[in-house]
Parts: sequence; structure tokens; C-alpha cells
Amino acid sequence: MGKTIATKIFDAHLRDTPTPGNMILDIDVVMCHEITTPIAIMDLMEKGMDRVFDTSKIKAVIDHVTPAKDSKTATQGKIMRDWAKRHQIKDFFDVGANGVCHALFPEKGFIRPGYTVIMGDSHTCTHGAFGAFAAGVGTTDLEVGILKGVCSFRAPETMRVVLTGKLSSGVTAKDVILAVIKRLTVNGATDKVIEFVGPVVDAMTMAARMTLCNMAVEAGATSGLCLPDQVTAEYLWPFIKDQYSSLEVAVADFRKWHSDPDAHYVETIELEVSTLAPQVTFGFKPDQVKDVSELEGTPVDQIYIGSCTNGRIEDLRDAAEILAGKTLAVGVRGVVTPATPAIYSQALDEGIIKIFMDAGFCVLNPTCGACLGMSCGVLAAGEVCASTTNRNFNGRMGKGGMVHLMSPYSAAAAAVTGTITDPRKFLNNN
Amino acid sequence: MKTFGGPAILLDRSDINTDEIIPAKYLTEITKVALKPHLLEDLLLDGKPFDSQSPAMQQARVVITRANFGCGSSREHAVWAFEVNDINIVIAESFARIFRQNMFNCGILAIELPAADIEQIFKMRGELTIEVDLDKTEMTTRSSDPAQAPITCSFQMNPFDRDLVAAGGWLAYADKKF
Repeated sequence: MGKTIATKIFDAHLRDTPTPGNMILDIDVVMCHEITTPIAIMDLMEKGMDRVFDTSKIKAVIDHVTPAKDSKTATQGKIMRDWAKRHQIKDFFDVGANGVCHALFPEKGFIRPGYTVIMGDSHTCTHGAFGAFAAGVGTTDLEVGILKGVCSFRAPETMRVVLTGKLSSGVTAKDVILAVIKRLTVNGATDKVIEFVGPVVDAMTMAARMTLCNMAVEAGATSGLCLPDQVTAEYLWPFIKDQYSSLEVAVADFRKWHSDPDAHYVETIELEVSTLAPQVTFGFKPDQVKDVSELEGTPVDQIYIGSCTNGRIEDLRDAAEILAGKTLAVGVRGVVTPATPAIYSQALDEGIIKIFMDAGFCVLNPTCGACLGMSCGVLAAGEVCASTTNRNFNGRMGKGGMVHLMSPYSAAAAAVTGTITDPRKFLNNN
Repeated sequence: MKTFGGPAILLDRSDINTDEIIPAKYLTEITKVALKPHLLEDLLLDGKPFDSQSPAMQQARVVITRANFGCGSSREHAVWAFEVNDINIVIAESFARIFRQNMFNCGILAIELPAADIEQIFKMRGELTIEVDLDKTEMTTRSSDPAQAPITCSFQMNPFDRDLVAAGGWLAYADKKF
């Protein structure tokens, strides 16, 4: 019997098997942010265990609320900062250099095919886009990861999601993953790893693959993975060029992680995307998904473009394509947060920030902010947001608020009209 | 090993997420006890806000609910919010992976029961009390209504999860072993 990519990664990192179904893995990258790490740090200090297993394998950032909005968030930042200094954690990203973890860490080249990655953040599955096993964990798992470099998982059962056809203009990875979650439901992939394959994935950029894998957890998945290929190698090339004699050699080496042809999958689903329309959520669960056209005309109060799902340069370009020369509808607020300083800088160079500002958007620094209702664009009760984020839970962006998840194209179209709008009507003119 | 059980509260909904258990605005707290007043603050049942301050909620030591409990964010704050309110067992048809792992990592119990057993418990009248026998992997639900016969259900417990509970959580287990 062949192995899936997830099984290959598990086998290569296996430290212990306490029972046949449970596996303790060595972790290659332990990522930390200021919301879930400080309590782990303080607990380790209280227990006299303030150590880190390997400073080079720990990556830390202040991203959720930054710069600090009040004394409590300032304290969280300080705990991280002092800890990083104490342990000489080189890869610590503070104000000015910080960005949304799941956009920043890939950009720095920290994630490689075959790696095991954990973080106290459910959207850690984003990094599966690189052919890594990356999973969100709680603070205790994070704490043990920091201290011992291990984490426990149940043996991975893999679900294969085959994406066939070709995406039409105005339809993106965000629309695909929303359609996948609709099909699987919010617990359709619980305790499973999703392997995304097929010509649609092959044709996706790394940014699009990250969007795809980012929301695997919304179907309950432990991780979402793409098979590492030429696209992966090109993205990583600046970081791996000393390791491989050529791009081709890197691509060939990455192939060792590919699932075997006779690998066992607990389930395979196929989605033909050629006729897929832009998607949008309704209600408070990410599997409540419809075609944008079915919600067309729903009024919105705020547009939010950013987050670990859709705050990358490709996303900002998509939104700017629609916003160029247009302005926000009367009475609608626009908030955009490029996910990292490099993305922000690139957007400045490309004139994208100017397009957003001319349209009337508030351009924020990179931060998670309003995605989880912590800062920078929280909704009042009764308000509605067209958002490129990943969760529409009740209260998520502010108590009593309603979030409609959609692509950057769709969010930009809603910005212009003030209502949920099929973005293709703004794109067909090209 | 800790003893587990006590008065139960029923949350009759599937897919209760961690944002509802503890909203993100409280994630700026750096002590677990600060989460105490905010447990289940944003929970909607039948589309209506749940009264998280009711006497029944204050007395509860066990939560019984439906499928996919604790989905969404990885925040262990959701588990701590239960813990600091002395709730040491959540019983559900199924759990989101991270929430379930966080429960056992804290040395407390996430028990999965078949939907039919959960339904039977939901149908019981009166105030319910749960007793858990970890050695027999059995739990008994008793009602304050004498007309209601107690119901005993057996459950599966992964040996590794049992070891985590016995050790008092994953940190203690891992520190000894690795």
C-alpha cells in the first residue's frame, strides 16, 4: 500500500507511538503569536521551565493587535518581546517588521515541503500549501512544542479533493474553498487531512494555494496540503538556491513527498470548477455558502480586505482591478490591511495603495485586527461587512455584526455598489 | 486521578464554536481566571442569546451538547473558560479536533457518545447529574425527577488520552517522557 504525503511526513518525523493511533512528531517549525503564546511563556516561567528546544526553529510575531491598542495588548507584546530577547530568538517580528503570521512566515521562506509546523492558531493549515504538514494547536501543545519540539497527532486519514476544469474570470481560490466547505460542511473533514490536487491546483499560484489551504480548518480538517511542485520551488528559490544546483533538481527532490499512486484515501471528492460562480457566505457558519448572485443587492456597511486568507499582493491586485477609478458607495466604509510590510511596500510600488485611497478606503498597517473583532474595524450590532476573511461566526467581527465571506473581487464589487454584487460585471469589460 | 462529574447543563445545538465559548475580545487576558465571567457569552441557542449567568449554568460541572463542539479557533481559552468555571467534562456527539485535544491536554474530559445516547439524555426531564467512572469507561445520568430512571452509557476512551488525564495534562506527560 502506498503512502499519502501526510503519512510520508508523519513517518519521517515520528518520535513515539504511545498507542497505534497516536503519533508524537518532531516539529520543524514552532510559530508563535502574541495571543496564544504569552500564557504558555508565563506558565513555563512559573514552573521553572522557561526554555526553548531550538531557538532557530521558533518563529515569533506580534500580529493580532499591533501596534498595541491598550495596556493589555501592550503587555502581551512585551511578554513576547522579552521572551524572544531572553532566548535570542532571531526570527521575531515586532512593530514595523510584523505582519499576519500566515502571510509573513511563508514570505520569509520558513516553510518547506515535508516540514511539520505547529502554531497556536487554527489557520496554521495555510502552510500546507507548501506540501508541509501544518496544524493549528492550543496553548498547551504550543508550550510543549516550545519546550520539547514535539506534538501529538492522531494518525492522519487523508481526504482527497480533486479540483478539475478551469476557473473562469472573476472566480478565485476563495470561491473554490467556499464551494468545497459547502460540500464538506463544517465538520466534513474533522480529524482528516485534505489533499488538494488536480489541474486547478497545479495552475494556482502559491498565494492562491495558501488561500485554499487556509480555510481547510473551516471544514474541520487538521491540515490542508498541496503537492510541492515547480510553483512551490519557484516561490522558495531565493531561500533554497544554495541547497539545490537548479530549480529542476529542487522540483525532483520535492517529488519524494508526493502521495504514491496507490495511496489510500478515506474519501475522494471531485469538484468541477469551470462553471463555478463567485461564492459568498450567509448566516454564521462557513458552510452556509451561496452564489453571490443569490445574495445580490444585500446592503453592506463595511468592506474589509485583508487577513491570512486574502491579504496578499495578488488579492490586493484583484480588488484594485475593480476599484481603479471608482469610489466607495455612499455610506460604506472601506478598510484594507496588506498582510505584511513587503506586501504593503509592493502595493505602494504598483500604485495599488493609491487606488484604495482614491476609492476612499482606510489603509491600515498589517494586522489581524477586525477579522476576529479585536481592533481596527470592529462592527456595531446590526452592521454588515463584506469581508475577505475566513470566519462568519456570530460576533466574530463584533457583537451583533454579520460577516459575509467572499473573494477580494467580490468585496471590491460590494465596495463600489454598497451591496453584495457579482464582481464579473466589473471585469467583463476588459 | 481527578474525579469527574456533577450537575449538567444541556446546550442543544451542533457546531458551537470557540468564538461563542469565549469571544476574541477577551483573548487579551493573560490569566485564565479573567475569562471566568465570559464563558459562552456569545452563544446563540435557537437564534436567541443564551443566559450564561443563570443559576443552572453557575452550578454546572458538566456540559452536554450535540455535534462538532468547539469548532473554529484553536484558542485554548475556550477550554480554560470551562475549567475556571469548574466544568471538567464536555460530552458531545463529536468534537472539533483542536478543542478535544486541548481538553485532554489540560487533563480534563471530552467524551464522545453516539447521537442516540445524547438524544436519550436530552429527552430526560428534571435537573441532571452526571457520574463518570473512568475505569469502566461508563457514565451515568441521574435526574432530580424520581420518575426518571438513570441512564448508563459506555464510552470509548483512547488510551493515550487516558494517560494525559492521569498525568494531569500534556505538559506533565511530555516533560516526563521527552
